Order: sequence, then structure tokens, then C-alpha cells
Amino acid sequence: MPAKNWPILLLLTVVTLPLLIMCGYSVIDAFTDTAPGSLVPTRFTLEHFRFLWEPVAEARGSIWVATANTFVFATTSALVVTMVSLTAGYALSRLNFPARGFFLAGLIVLHAFPTITLIIAIFLILQMLGLYDTLIGVIVVKTALELPLGIWIMKGFYDTVPWEIEMAGVQDGASRATVWWYLVLPQVQPGLMALILFSFLSGWSEYILPQVLAPGSDARVLSTYLSSLILDDTKADFNLFKAVGLFYATPVVVIYLLFQKHLMNIYGGGTKG
Amino acid sequence: MQLDLINFTKRFGDTTVIENMSLSVHSGEMIALLGPSGCGKSTTLFAICGIHRIDEGQLMFGGKDVAHLPSQARNVGVVFQNYALYPHMTVAENIVFPLKVQKMNRTDREAMVRKYAELVRIDALLDRRPAQLSGGQQQRVALARALVRQPDFLLLDEPLANLDAKLRLEMRSEIRRLQQETGLTAILVTHDQVEAMSMCDRIALMNGGRIVQYDTPTAMYERPETAFVAGFLGNPPISFLSGSGLGLSEAQVAQYGVRPESFGPQFGSTLSGRVTFVETQGREDLFDVRLTTGEILRSIQPAGSGIRLADTVNWGVAHDKLLRFDQNGQRI
Repeated sequence: MPAKNWPILLLLTVVTLPLLIMCGYSVIDAFTDTAPGSLVPTRFTLEHFRFLWEPVAEARGSIWVATANTFVFATTSALVVTMVSLTAGYALSRLNFPARGFFLAGLIVLHAFPTITLIIAIFLILQMLGLYDTLIGVIVVKTALELPLGIWIMKGFYDTVPWEIEMAGVQDGASRATVWWYLVLPQVQPGLMALILFSFLSGWSEYILPQVLAPGSDARVLSTYLSSLILDDTKADFNLFKAVGLFYATPVVVIYLLFQKHLMNIYGGGTKG
Repeated sequence: MQLDLINFTKRFGDTTVIENMSLSVHSGEMIALLGPSGCGKSTTLFAICGIHRIDEGQLMFGGKDVAHLPSQARNVGVVFQNYALYPHMTVAENIVFPLKVQKMNRTDREAMVRKYAELVRIDALLDRRPAQLSGGQQQRVALARALVRQPDFLLLDEPLANLDAKLRLEMRSEIRRLQQETGLTAILVTHDQVEAMSMCDRIALMNGGRIVQYDTPTAMYERPETAFVAGFLGNPPISFLSGSGLGLSEAQVAQYGVRPESFGPQFGSTLSGRVTFVETQGREDLFDVRLTTGEILRSIQPAGSGIRLADTVNWGVAHDKLLRFDQNGQRI
């Protein structure tokens, strides 16, 4: 590394340091006792992870139920978002159907729309449908709100697939569906992986929708579990809070580490311009 | 198989791209659709393979009208300009794809892939992916994939446009060899007259959505029906000039066409001019000669004539090779 880079490195270090300290202390404090206001840990302990094996009074419920709920919530909405985006994005990119321009414009508007302003209306609709305070209700809402972005991303990926590849497939005697499945989908696989990952993580970290639309303990997810730890208590246990936070964040980190490779794996094309 | 396109019309929105065009290709023949950009040659090709709908007219494959059949039901092999190989598949998977679609059994499939890979000489590359191949090799894969399903027709859309000059020469004879070995009826779309003349039995020269002449390369070169045809074919190109420049005056003749090989010292010394441009091509030299009337004639001569820029020359034209055109550009 050239020596003259040190001013940049110094600047970056100074800017990054607060973040690093925060991350570092959420790990350190989760495994140790530290007096509030102090930065020096006193002893190593796993006591703050007691929520894993015994119910914590403040949380009113098991972390495992919340984890399962979060997993079902994030997975289902990610799968539905991905499947709908895969087909809708293809249609918008390739097929000439009535009101295509309207749908495209609608996507962009919805994408830029502050959807949280709809929360009252959504609340009323869910109540009418009897889906208020259920996991399904939150999944439906979350999926619907994620769709515009997902469809838009997939349309962008489909747009990069050369038209000739599809035409070649059709000439080779394959139906449009076969062409889509065997020839086009593999080309947009990087986008597909990115979208699954993105919508799963988005579901995993969603807080407002479950908080407002499913406040009961049956449909509790990890974010609302975490918030109930501090909301319900006057005497905050910061170490417990950080331990739960660490537990909540670990899958995200793991997923990033696992899928990074897939995201980088972009195919070299056979089409030379 | 015989191909007949009868009174074919194609419109995009309100624009008529091709109007009332008819074209017949005999069985086993290779023809070129030649013409400048935007003349409708690719549109015609895509109409034949079914990518574009035929608005009016008939398309007969061996006497059967297929104009309303989808691409999948037409059994036409197409090689696209950019090859359109499937980038996520190996060479072998690319070639076998049409057979998989037909649900041919595995042993037959593999035998066919081997046979056609050998035919186009890529049998050593079957496990590679398209991105690992050179342009010429990708072209060969595209050819194998088009041929493996034993199509009734082979359509080639500017197949050599993306290759460098040396490969282009090689693939030119290679494609012709494959076409002759398989006995396929083939249509080549190109804007390069050299490709069309060297590869094809007949050339359909198109301009503005119409076929202006459909003939063998030799006939078209020697007996062009219009000044456009004469100007389009031939490299270096033909020169056009008025009668006064040549010292000729004939009724109805608006312009004369003189091919570069029909002007030079071997045809007498009736025309005087100054050399304004010399291009050395190795075996031959190309000269531009400005006549006293100000008109320019091109001449191609064997190298070593010693004639240099700004020299004055007295050369003649071969009168029996003169092409005469009337005011509408029709040859007389």
C-alpha cells in the first residue's frame, strides 16, 4: 500500500470508528457485565442470553415463537415477492399488453410513494377482512408493499437479456414458456438471488407493520419482541437488549456472508456486440 | 425444399416497409438478400422465420402455406448476427437444445451433437461456454445449433458482420461448404456485395422495400437492370459519366457506366486525363483519372505500371462493356 494514502485512511478510520465502536460494544456487552455509562467490561457471562432458554418476564413470550414467526414472515413474503416479480417483470419487459404504460408508471409512483401513510387504511381493511392481528395479514401487506420495487428490479434484469436469445429459442422450436424457464431465467438468476435476499432481509427487519397491524403476542416477530423489552420496563437491561439484538442480527450477517458470492456471480454473455 | 414468398407486404404501424414482394428460392439453392441499411432485407428474413407476422401475402414452404404458423412449427434454422448463443450453457448444451425441445432420446441426441460438431469442426470445444470462445468459434456453434434439427431452410442474418477481416474470409467459404454438404436451401442477409457474390447462387438486390433485381451474381454484374444495381455491385465501384466525357452521343442515354476494369491503356488512347488518386492494393493498383470534362473514371491495373499521382494519361474504354442507362436509371 503506498505511503501517501495515509491521509485518506486516517479520514476513513475517523469516520468509521463510531460505527465500529457501536458494533463492537453490542457484541462485548452481550457477553459481559458492564456498568451503565462505563466502557470497561467487568466479567464474561452468558447470563444475558437467558432469553434463549427461559421466558423473560418483560418480553411476555418465548423468543423462539417470535423467531419462528419472523422466519415465516420473511420467507413467505420473500418467496411471494420473488415469484410475482419474476413473472410480472417479464411481462412488463417483453410482452405487449394493454395498459402496459399505465402499469409501468404505476410501479414508479408506488415505488416512490410513502406507503406508511396508507397504514390507517390498511388497518381498516385488515380489520374488515378479519386479518388484523394475524401473521397472514402482515405478510399480505408486506408483500404488497415490496412488490413495486421487486417487479421494477426484475424488469431491469430482464431488459438486459438480449432479445435474440429468446428469438433463437423460439426458432429452436421451444414454446415461450420453455424459453422463459430454460433460457431467460438463468440469465436473470443474479437478479433473482438479489431479490430473494433483499426481500427476505427487508421482511426480517420489518418493524412498523407488525407493530401496528399485529400487536398481539401470537403474531409477534423479533423486532416487536425487541421493542417490548424496553417499552414495557422502567428499568432497562441494556445487556439483555444487546444480546437479543445480536441474536436478531446474526442471521442477517450470515446471509450476507453466504450470498455475497452469488451476488457477484454474473454470467459472461455469449453475445458480443 | 422450395420456398415461395408471394405478394408479401409488411407494415410497422402506418409505415409500409415492404410492399407486394415476391421471391422464389429453389431447393438446394443459396440466395442472398442484398441491399443497403433499411431496405427491408432483415424484415423479410424475420418474416420467413416467423419472428415478424406477415401482414399480407403467402409464404409457401414446399407448396404449403405457412404464413400463419408460429415460428416453432416452421422448421427453419436461423443464425443471428450476434449468434445468440445461450451463455449459461456449454457448447454441447447449446447445440442439443433444439433436440431436447423435440424430446429426442438421449443416445440419438448425443450422436447428432457429435455429428454436427464435427461438421462445423468444434468437436474439441464441446465443454466450453460461449464466453470462452472466439468470434469464429461462436459462429460455428450457432451454425451447428441451427443445423442440428435438420431444418428445411437455413437463414443467416448478417452472419459475418461481427468477425474480423481474416475470419470473415474463412467463414465465408465455411458457410458455403456447409450449405453445399448438407444440401440445404439457404438465405443469406447481407449488406456486403462481396459476401453475396462469393457465397450465393443468386442475389436478390433490394432497395426501399422492393427487389430491384434477382439474378445470378455474374448476370447481375454484367447486365444490371438499373443504375442502382450497377452502382451497388462491383468493388471498386463503377463510375457513371455523361456521354460528352466519353465523346459519345446517343439518343435516350442519360449516363454511361464504366467498370474500373473496362478503362485503361489496353483499350486505346482516346481519353485524356490526369491521375488524381492512386491506391496500391498489392497485386493491383487503383487509379482515379479526372478527364478533361471534369468527370472521374476509375481504373484498375496490374501493379507495376509506374504511373504516379498527377501524371497525365491517355487511356481508352472497352466499348462493348459500356453500360447505358436512360433518364430513369433503366439500362438500355
